[in-house]
Amino acid sequence: MTSEAAETVDAVAISPAADGGFLQRYGASIEYILIPGAALIAALAVFGLFVFLFGKNPLNLYYYMYQGAFGTWFSWQNSLTRAAPLILTALCTALPAQLGMVIIGGEGALLIGALAATGAALALPSAPPLVVQLAMAGAGMLGGGLWIMLSGGLRQYRGVNETISSLLLVYIALAILNHLVEGPMRDPASLNKPSTPEIGAANMIGAIPGTEVHWGLVFGVIAAVASYILIYRTTFGFAARVAGGNIRAARIVGLNVGRLVMTICFLAGAAAGLAGMVEVAAVEGRANANLAAGYGFTGILVAFLARQNPLAIIPVAILLGGISASGGLLQRRLGLPDASVQVLQGIIFVFVLASDALYGRIGFLKGKS
Amino acid sequence: MAGGSIGLWTVPLAVFGGAIRVSTPFLFVSLGECITERSGRINLGLEGTLVMGAMSAYGISYLTGSPWLGVLAAGFTGALLGALHAGICSLPRVNDIAVGIALMLLGTGLAFFLGKPLIEPTAPRLPAIDFGWWSDIAQVRAALRINVLFLIGVALAPILFWAFRTTRWGLLIRTAGESSDAARAMGYSVLGIRLRATMVGGFLAGIGGSFLSLFYPGSWNEGLSSGQGITAVALVIFARWDPMLCLWASLAFGGAAALGPALQSVGITSGYHLFNAAPYILTLAIMIITCSPKRTLSGAPAELSITR
Repeated sequence: MTSEAAETVDAVAISPAADGGFLQRYGASIEYILIPGAALIAALAVFGLFVFLFGKNPLNLYYYMYQGAFGTWFSWQNSLTRAAPLILTALCTALPAQLGMVIIGGEGALLIGALAATGAALALPSAPPLVVQLAMAGAGMLGGGLWIMLSGGLRQYRGVNETISSLLLVYIALAILNHLVEGPMRDPASLNKPSTPEIGAANMIGAIPGTEVHWGLVFGVIAAVASYILIYRTTFGFAARVAGGNIRAARIVGLNVGRLVMTICFLAGAAAGLAGMVEVAAVEGRANANLAAGYGFTGILVAFLARQNPLAIIPVAILLGGISASGGLLQRRLGLPDASVQVLQGIIFVFVLASDALYGRIGFLKGKS
Repeated sequence: MAGGSIGLWTVPLAVFGGAIRVSTPFLFVSLGECITERSGRINLGLEGTLVMGAMSAYGISYLTGSPWLGVLAAGFTGALLGALHAGICSLPRVNDIAVGIALMLLGTGLAFFLGKPLIEPTAPRLPAIDFGWWSDIAQVRAALRINVLFLIGVALAPILFWAFRTTRWGLLIRTAGESSDAARAMGYSVLGIRLRATMVGGFLAGIGGSFLSLFYPGSWNEGLSSGQGITAVALVIFARWDPMLCLWASLAFGGAAALGPALQSVGITSGYHLFNAAPYILTLAIMIITCSPKRTLSGAPAELSITR
């Protein structure tokens, strides 16, 4: 990922703007759409073969996947609702990736953010809804941000590998969630599924008018666009990409790498924490084990498929939200296990990574140089 | 209080027994990862391998009635996943850490998909050897019911230690891990060495998974492994890529992981989930203590992407 950022810069800087054909000018950009697209199609084909081995018709599979994801207005809304947390958790991987860091702990930041947001709502029982919602968002972002900042700080100041530490923190966050919802924060009335008390219907963030999609989607899109601007249009973002490309060069030109790492990791965690807040304030209404639904892990895939580009994350998150939305239909109509979606996601991930080998090697995209 | 006549002694005893029982998957995964990482590549996908191993061992044991065939099947499943990892990593410009994450997701997804029909039936489990026959105390006997796989794992650690030092294969793996140029100059295929090292690593991790489903806890369900695989990968780092240190670290980890259930058995149930997180907290703490931003870790293979 480190080199990618650098390559993009090179391609822009080196390719002559005036002469040169269309392919020469846009070949690199086309690659960024064509190659992941081809990887996606190949993965779908392999998944079709896989379910064929279990006696299911692949054409039925694709039909129901389309129906369940984008076939009706209802399924569109379902897909968009699932895309909201995916955009935010994908940012948790994509932002540190600009610095060359591989953070895969979005799930942990989501859970901590959800807990912090729930705690904020329960601490303000008689405040007006807007105040409660703002407090929830603030607490969620702060909680998630500090959680990922911990991984960043350990990497920066102790040399601890951030990939492993962020994943270990997922399991620790899960233990904290289980401990709190079954112990100190438990609503005694929740018998079968231990949960915290509800945050109250008035405090829920509602749906976008005319739809059943909650406002979390708008938060996600805003966060993605803001991240894009931060990374590609500000000095701070430029500094981050320099440090991601060549850390020694960054130090030589006097960049404060430590501050970059901590800030980026905080923002990344804040995005995932906001996803947790949204899941509490728009879907669950309380904190319980349902929150660990794997959005954090799917978010990693979204970030890689979007090649860590914050803007590309939006459509990719909608696509993968659609795939997970279609899971229910696959279960009901084809009798496939609920893990089918996870298998497909795994296959897509493998193909997307393998396709990294193709960049710059597709003959007709190179143009003549 | 369930401790009976020996009272609070139940806790250290259960931790000791747990260290032996719970450590086995840690031991196999960490030894396997040790081989892979010594060859200069990191496979973070062993979490998925562990779960796939557990599922395939349970399935084969159920279908054939032989738990040992199950163990073998788990090993081969793990080797296949290792080959997949190594195959993708052989492509130019592919990041091995990212491939590991992908295989972690793919492995667990596949295991849950294929293992769906296995949640109900009961498969024959691995036998245990009773080392506690001399004692009248039930807890002592329970703690000393030891599985053969544990003994194999314990024997494997010094064998690997010796093999890395003295055998031709050990030297080749280390050469590939320290300097791929040197290995190439000697006329060996670095990718080939890493392929084999990753497959052997996957084989061992698969066997570690078979222990989960066939001995302790001894059933197949989707919550079987929760991060043991990734903890074992972290364990290799602070064991300094030394198989013997992997053994001691695995035992310490098993003990930490047994703390929650042990306290629960004497009636201390508050904070149960927090005690269950003990191995992860311990891993993180040890990594914080042993890592340093100033120098690369002593004993680290120079080609390893996480230390560069």
